[in-house]
Amino acid sequence: MSSNKDSIGRTVIVALVLCVVCSVVVSAAAVMLRPMQQFNMDQDRKSNILRAAGIVDPSKTVDELFEQITTRIVDLQTGQFTEEFIPEAENFRRAAGDPSMSRALSRGEDIASIKRQPMLMPVYIVEADDGSIQKLILPVHGYGLWSTMFGFLALEGDLNTVAGLGFYEHAETPGLGGEIDNPSWRASWVGKQIFAEGQKDNPALRVIRGAVDTSERGAEHRIDGLAGATLTANGVTNMIQFWLGESGFAPLLANLRAADDISSVDVIEQDAVTEVDEV
Amino acid sequence: MSNTKEIVITPLFKNNPIALQVLGVCSALAVTTNMNNAVVMTLAVVAVAALSNMFISIIRNQIPSNIRIIVQMTIIASLVIVVDQVLKAVVYDVSKQLSVFVGLIITNCIILGRAEAFAMKNPPIPSFIDGVGNGLGYGVVLLFVAFFRELFGAGTLFGYEILPLVTNGGWYYSNGMMLLPPSAFFLIGIMIWLIRTKYPEQVEKPDFVIAPNTRQEAV
Repeated sequence: MSSNKDSIGRTVIVALVLCVVCSVVVSAAAVMLRPMQQFNMDQDRKSNILRAAGIVDPSKTVDELFEQITTRIVDLQTGQFTEEFIPEAENFRRAAGDPSMSRALSRGEDIASIKRQPMLMPVYIVEADDGSIQKLILPVHGYGLWSTMFGFLALEGDLNTVAGLGFYEHAETPGLGGEIDNPSWRASWVGKQIFAEGQKDNPALRVIRGAVDTSERGAEHRIDGLAGATLTANGVTNMIQFWLGESGFAPLLANLRAADDISSVDVIEQDAVTEVDEV
Repeated sequence: MSNTKEIVITPLFKNNPIALQVLGVCSALAVTTNMNNAVVMTLAVVAVAALSNMFISIIRNQIPSNIRIIVQMTIIASLVIVVDQVLKAVVYDVSKQLSVFVGLIITNCIILGRAEAFAMKNPPIPSFIDGVGNGLGYGVVLLFVAFFRELFGAGTLFGYEILPLVTNGGWYYSNGMMLLPPSAFFLIGIMIWLIRTKYPEQVEKPDFVIAPNTRQEAV
């Protein structure tokens, strides 16, 4: 029996049968659970967006709350919305790794240390009844001390006042840099002004060291520092500087300010879109 | 029946896989920052250990001995992938925090160790129970460490506030070190010390004995 069990033929058969059985089990689990996982990922992304925008209502489901939000895709270079919704662009992290959908940043430009930037980015808009923007939610990311911090920055309809900030992924030191998740620190962002008067392409908002003296001039552009987390705080400042600067969403904000309503920021023809379509 | 009970109870303290066998310490450092993660990780390890032991035991007489480790690993790896997929579908938030550590159950020495040492020689039901026992033994350490790390690091247990933090208007200054991996080393060390005080037979003989100093001090 034992010599039979260890024969070459038997070994091959056992290995084959085992592999087939295991692969069937694994693929069955993956395929059957796929819809639930997709649903979870979707809910997670939506609730992060809602949390950043400060839209919280425990009596409603995430999907109900998300109904008021429109997702648009922005061409960062021109600052205009693409005509059609491009699903590939919504996953901007994958897009950043795709040479046809992203560009490498030069060293001087890359203050947020993200190396590659997607050419198209999703933005989320809460529209008021009259079609004007009530809140604009921008995905932002930048390098902190240990990790790239991914979050959403929500702006009020004036495109200057912060409505909220929330991070959904980072690996900063718990208790120090990890305090960027602290609700009271995040609350200190609300109502701050991104841009100084007359400087609409150069964000003035920054995280300082220590506490902000509210009587001081320019206090509306400063955020309390995080004790023991200067480098993470600098990372947050760089992230804001980058994403609201010329390489980030500044062209979009300029267009939105100039336009009467959102629809006039649409464009008919666009190179970046056709490029993506070819891929 | 007393035999069954023994198989479950022994690995909890007397023959704990982490404390005595010092296996699976890596993930014990990583997933013990809060109780929720520790509980989910425990369940995952119990499920994988019990089922892999059972399946391996069922086919133990068919497995050619020269490929037995590969066969065991294939079964364990398949189960881990299934568990990972289930976690992603059912408790997405927790699975995001556990991230790679669920996948790393594959390399957890406890599971392969039990498969090779127990499941290859015993019938399916005792093997299943042995897997549960060893999974729980791992879990006991995880929960012990997570209890202290979450309580003193974040002032909460299962996310509920126990010690109100200064940053949230309370009185407790959180101990940030508790949330970093080194604190788990200290806690596991303390736990091993406590267990070996209770069961002195676990204390290992030192590899080297320092000879008494016979030299006279220079005056």
